[in-house]
Amino acid sequence: MVMKVHGSVLSTAAMRVLIALNEKGLEFEFVPVDMRAGEHKKEHFLALNPFGQVPAFEDGDLKLFESRAITQYIANVYKDKGTPLVCEGKPMATLGVWMEVEAHQFDPVGSKLQWELLFKPMFGMATDAAVVEENEAKLAKVLDIYEARLSQSKYLGCDCFTLADLHHLPALTNLMASPVKKLFDARPKVSAWVADIMARPALAKVLAMRNQQ
Amino acid sequence: MVMKVHGSVLSTAAMRVLIVLNEKGLEFEFVPVDMRAGEHKKEHFLALNPFGQVPAFEDGDLKLFESRAITQYIANVYKDKGTPLVCEGKPMATLGVWMEVEAHQFDPVGSKLQWELLFKPMFGMATDAAVVEENEAKLAKVLDIYEARLSQSKYLGCDCFTLADLHHLPVLTNLMGTHVKKLFDARPKVSAWVADIMTRPALAKVLAMRNQQ
Repeated sequence: MVMKVHGSVLSTAAMRVLIALNEKGLEFEFVPVDMRAGEHKKEHFLALNPFGQVPAFEDGDLKLFESRAITQYIANVYKDKGTPLVCEGKPMATLGVWMEVEAHQFDPVGSKLQWELLFKPMFGMATDAAVVEENEAKLAKVLDIYEARLSQSKYLGCDCFTLADLHHLPALTNLMASPVKKLFDARPKVSAWVADIMARPALAKVLAMRNQQ
Repeated sequence: MVMKVHGSVLSTAAMRVLIVLNEKGLEFEFVPVDMRAGEHKKEHFLALNPFGQVPAFEDGDLKLFESRAITQYIANVYKDKGTPLVCEGKPMATLGVWMEVEAHQFDPVGSKLQWELLFKPMFGMATDAAVVEENEAKLAKVLDIYEARLSQSKYLGCDCFTLADLHHLPVLTNLMGTHVKKLFDARPKVSAWVADIMTRPALAKVLAMRNQQ
């Protein structure tokens, strides 16, 4: 039975999982969830994710939710397929640190900026300039730390591309299409890292899928 | 060289790491960080955690930050000592899901409530009743999902006590000392789970340490 990802191509969390599956060259079925119709809050979806959020994931009888738990499951169970996505040995701890950094330092700020600059206009709502300014300032501080880290390490977790980098890709795809791009461009190591990871074929496949829907 | 935890006994994130070290019966040195004096924003601390947050952790030359990365490091490297804190085999994926749930569904709401109800008064600031009401409603919904989960599983991740449960303990310790307690008491499975995990000796040792400082 093929793996299933239930989600929306607009969901950054769902994209995280799709990119990981493509990096691994794995077959899967994408099951669209009509969020505008509130499908993610209906019984049949809540049976997959009681928190009513996308993505939800099935591998045979195993049902998972929370994108970063799903990507780590894929990276562990299919470790011999495609891109490793993890570092072996002692740097595993450091990989863990930078996965937490994406989740707790980058994503909250990046998500607020995407909401204000991309999703609110898409839904006919007005951008709050004060929220944008506040979060741009926070993002700048986070990126200063990334600049220092990437001056010591080729990628965030270690010297190869891992989940710590991959988890940023959906938000980066959105932010680099907004005025916030300037914050990334202004920092040479960060800018090079962004260009490098955004050029990966696994991401291009997901964006192509998004453009078709 | 003994492991070091740099932090504050008031920090829920630092407590997370201290509880794990106690569950494992590991020796460590606790290095207090004077947050009121802004020590966590000074150069010597930023060298340990560039985000200027506690805890920071050292095991020989390895320096880590982000409490949940530290706890997972300890649980993996010292897996044969003390309480296992992980589930072996297929349920590892489900453990990952519920660790993400604590981090992304429970902790943001719990942190806002402990800030309003415990820390603001401690710092002479006024509690915002609207924020409390809003977050109590959100917490109630999260706990309804926990009630359903704990009707199927003895602990959150699987049938034994793991990091997925442990990561809740610092915030639970705080919330159960406020009127928010009623939300936990009202749900029988949640209430039993809280009572069970809060009586663990590893937590008692950390609270004793807190009371001495």
